[in-house]
Amino acid sequence: MTSYGRGLRGLSVATIATITVALALVFFYAPLDANQGFIQKIFYIHVPLAIVALCGFVVGGLLAIAHLRTGDRKWDLRSYVAIHMALIFGVGGLITGSIWAKASWGHWWVWSDPTLVSFLIVMLLFATYQPLRFSIEDPERQARYASVFAIVAGAFVPLNFIAVRMAQGVVHPRVLTLTGGRLPGSMGLTFAVSLLGIALLYATLWNYEIAAKRARMQLRRLRRAALGDDAAGALGRSAAPS
Amino acid sequence: MRATFAVLAKDLRLELRTFETLPAMVLFSLSTFVIFHFALGRSAVGGQLAAGILTVTLLFAALLGAGRLFVAEREQGGFDAFLLAPVDRTSLLAAKAAAMFLFLALLEVVAVPAFGVLLLGPALGPRLPGLIAVLALADLALAVIGTLVSAIAIHTRARDMISPIIGLPLLLPALIASARAAAPVFSVHGSGAPPGKWLLILALYDVVFALIAYAVFDFLLED
Repeated sequence: MTSYGRGLRGLSVATIATITVALALVFFYAPLDANQGFIQKIFYIHVPLAIVALCGFVVGGLLAIAHLRTGDRKWDLRSYVAIHMALIFGVGGLITGSIWAKASWGHWWVWSDPTLVSFLIVMLLFATYQPLRFSIEDPERQARYASVFAIVAGAFVPLNFIAVRMAQGVVHPRVLTLTGGRLPGSMGLTFAVSLLGIALLYATLWNYEIAAKRARMQLRRLRRAALGDDAAGALGRSAAPS
Repeated sequence: MRATFAVLAKDLRLELRTFETLPAMVLFSLSTFVIFHFALGRSAVGGQLAAGILTVTLLFAALLGAGRLFVAEREQGGFDAFLLAPVDRTSLLAAKAAAMFLFLALLEVVAVPAFGVLLLGPALGPRLPGLIAVLALADLALAVIGTLVSAIAIHTRARDMISPIIGLPLLLPALIASARAAAPVFSVHGSGAPPGKWLLILALYDVVFALIAYAVFDFLLED
């Protein structure tokens, strides 16, 4: 018997606490940006969302490697949930980015910015993950093909960023560069706490979805064992591992 | 190696006897040039616009061809026969990518001169060497990624839709690099050499995706 949601309470409390602290820092501690004013504060939500989404895609690819190496379907479930959550975070990143672009550059969408464009391409690619899963019926084959896709697409993330960045100029505020950020200390601290908060949120939601999916599978097994095959109901066609 | 050539020879013989894929790709490209002429309202193009039209046309024609790549295997049990044979599974990837590369090269033998006649403003002749360098690298990317995507999509229910929606984003970096590399070649003010930076990126993209395809292809055949 597996226990669902082990450690979830602690993780949830830590997430809520960190996000509360992050929001407090964003609104009461971090100084107003000299050029952009209040709207710059969306940076503390937008950038962590985008970073966590991209990391989630790559993690989905790594989990898919584990699935193909071991053949254990639980890795496919983890990879699926990682990509599913990253897609949701990515949509959030695109929307907040668009709002920020409208406020600071005057347009909802700016083609000259490589980070924005490559993020869109990555989102377009990963948006095909669910349709691909959905159109393969055999669950074993669905898991295997989805893993192959996740690995290829995960490797595509950094490649795409390199290619698009070389193609265009740089408009995006380079806040975090390897040569040392230009963020003042108070902004840097706020950003780090925000990033931690969003990453914790991702981890919490990931755990919740895994727990829910495992509970549902267990329930199906129990119903079938106790009441016979008919009671379990037909398995609907689904993109999610089942 | 022998298995690769056997499958490649089979594919080419099949194409020679049915003339199914290549003529369709050629006709598709020619129609697309006509469409571009009317859609853009231009009778002659040059520079970045010409490079874009040519690469986009070839990209779509390649996706059209890639969709047919594994159809015979799927419909006539070729996958099972291949899996029964004691050969390395990668040889199927190599053979299909080689077939795709040959189809693309043959397509370009017809489509590029046609593009020169129909749409290209500056003369094609002096621009051919630079263009061939760009197209050879671009064809490699189209062949490798097209084969991989086609193999992923062949067992899905909506494969005609799945393969382009996966293929287009995956090929975007290759499209960026080839369109940028071909732009100075088509320049109206005398042809320039394709910039080495973009050829290098295209070559690196080819190599990386060939390795990725090599690593994952086995898992698409396990049954």
